Amino acid sequence: MNAQVQQTSDQPDESGHFGEYGGSFVSETLMHALEELREAWLRWRNDDEFMARLDRDLAYYVGRPSPIYYAERLTQHCGGARILLKREDLNHTGAHKINNTVGQNLLAWHMGKQRVIAETGAGQHGVATSTVAARLNQQCVVYMGETDIHRQAINVFRMRLMGAEVRSVTSGSKTLKDALNEAMRDWVTNVDDTFYVIGTVAGPHPYPVMVRDFNAIVGREARKQMLEQYEELPDALVACVGGGSNAIGLFHPFIGDRDVAMYGVEAAGRGLNTEEHAASLCAGKPGVLHGCRTYLLDDQAGQITHTHSVSAGLDYPGVGPEHSWLKDEGRATYVGVTDEETLAATHALSRMEGILPALESAHAIAYGMKLASEMRADQTILINLSGRGDKDVQTLAAIEGLEL
Amino acid sequence: MSARISASFQEGRCSLIPFITVGDPHVDWTVDIMHALVDGGADLLELGVPFSDPMADGPVIQQSSERAIERGVTLESVLNTVREFREQDQQTPVILMGYMNPVERFGEADFPAAAAAAGVDGLLLVDCPPEEAQVLHQALEQEGLSSILLVAPTTREARLDRICGAASGFIYYVSFKGITGANRLDADALQAPINAIRSRSELPVAAGFGINDAESAQAVAAHSDGVVIGSALVKLLAESEDREDAVGRARDFVASVRQALDNS
Ligand SMILES: Cc1ncc(COP(=O)(O)O)c(C=O)c1O
Repeated sequence: MNAQVQQTSDQPDESGHFGEYGGSFVSETLMHALEELREAWLRWRNDDEFMARLDRDLAYYVGRPSPIYYAERLTQHCGGARILLKREDLNHTGAHKINNTVGQNLLAWHMGKQRVIAETGAGQHGVATSTVAARLNQQCVVYMGETDIHRQAINVFRMRLMGAEVRSVTSGSKTLKDALNEAMRDWVTNVDDTFYVIGTVAGPHPYPVMVRDFNAIVGREARKQMLEQYEELPDALVACVGGGSNAIGLFHPFIGDRDVAMYGVEAAGRGLNTEEHAASLCAGKPGVLHGCRTYLLDDQAGQITHTHSVSAGLDYPGVGPEHSWLKDEGRATYVGVTDEETLAATHALSRMEGILPALESAHAIAYGMKLASEMRADQTILINLSGRGDKDVQTLAAIEGLEL
Repeated sequence: MSARISASFQEGRCSLIPFITVGDPHVDWTVDIMHALVDGGADLLELGVPFSDPMADGPVIQQSSERAIERGVTLESVLNTVREFREQDQQTPVILMGYMNPVERFGEADFPAAAAAAGVDGLLLVDCPPEEAQVLHQALEQEGLSSILLVAPTTREARLDRICGAASGFIYYVSFKGITGANRLDADALQAPINAIRSRSELPVAAGFGINDAESAQAVAAHSDGVVIGSALVKLLAESEDREDAVGRARDFVASVRQALDNS
């Protein structure tokens, strides 16, 4: 492993590069807006009042800290390492996504931008953005692929209840990547009064760093809780990776703890040997998408390919640049879990622990179960349960041939 | 820097720069359309390299791009198109406009030489600011290709210096905040920013985005050394019935704009 990795604070460089990844690949019109955002984030992250307000929002609005829960029956079932869950599903709005939006929307407010826009796949980020926007009295527009609007209908309605406008995106593959394109087009057009709240650690600098910083509360809390509750750090961390925000949020504060292994779980869809998956780190190549250089899925001509996953939130052909760097450095390991394994894990966690995970998070559960069974009973793994599965009830029912 | 590009900008004459997507409306028609554009009075041709995720483009060019990809157009086939065009036209400069990833997949190291050999004169990558392209720009320069860079209404002075220092061929001024094809053009607002570019660079300045007919071209030409017309032409061609129709539309449209420019 490269010595650089041991120090968590020296990446990215000033222009947002994690090794050869990251950077700012956007049209000239947005370069100034990104610079403005970098300056604002640098200023406010060092402002005591801003950070105190953020802490209060995280405590009393989001409901932090989220507990670490010992999944005893699941542990017994797997017959290996002790399985612990970081309960991000218990946050207000039901996922880790709100850690980021309380931060970004507050930043938008301080920058005097009254209109916020977001892209969303599963709808969790859209819900999290529109929720905080309601509270801060911000105008909110959410872009969502037409395909996702159908499979996440409950979240679409939730966003509308919060007063957000949900705009259907019908270009390209009609999923998350196209929603991101459309949000970028909106931003270019309305750059003076609009703040683009990106929902994951992808995009141009400073988004990958800023979103990581907002989600790192997960890992900071978890590290402290492990030491307090269990008097040791876990042997392994497991988190699902779509764009990678819940994973980097958990991983980042542990990067310097070299004995803690890290596993990022990508959507292997119908299998990594098929073309129907969304595993950019496992099966992709470095390229440029949505403002950064990173691993992505494309064809020989450099066209971004259509992805597939049973979970809308992982159905994305790129990934945050810091994960690309962690992969190349060998500090984190990235694996794939299929739709079928995910569904089995969803049922297992529901039946054995009474917790319905989001389909995204169920990818992490599935791999965590496999990993636990290969480890010793005196070892511990901590899985990030990034969200709850209420939004997926319709999808799950449809798979069983039921219509609710 | 490309000699063909510098020769194409002439004192006292506004250059007319049409944009078409390679392979749209039909792969076999593109070269004929290119010749027709030159016949009609185009000074420089801008060829769109289709990309699956064209973040800076409006619906017209997005859909055109999607159609071209469906028909199998790749960066490699774009180079073949230019090579074929060069069999009859060695004079008109041709630049490619597109996004970073296809170039990355082609091979950033291999692309400049391949493009030069095919007869390409310059490259404009919409999502690649000069900060991220130092190596590529050097390689292009070595092969005699120009790096066309964008300046936008949001570009501040410090960046403007950097862009003017790194650009070659000509500078492309994005006439408003928005995406291609949008209806937001205010020609008079171009004067001050284009003068700011001129005070820093000897290069000609062409303006693009939102110029869709003879009238808007004329209004913009009062302030710039060149006008780029994209979406309007792409839309016109997409509606053509066959090759002959497409070729006729291309020639007539450009000729009407050329005439308006020459009369102003
Ligand atoms: C519950 C949940 N987990 C994970 C993700 C994937 O995003 P990321 O990889 O950025 O954590 C999503 C995205 O919608 C989500 O809703």
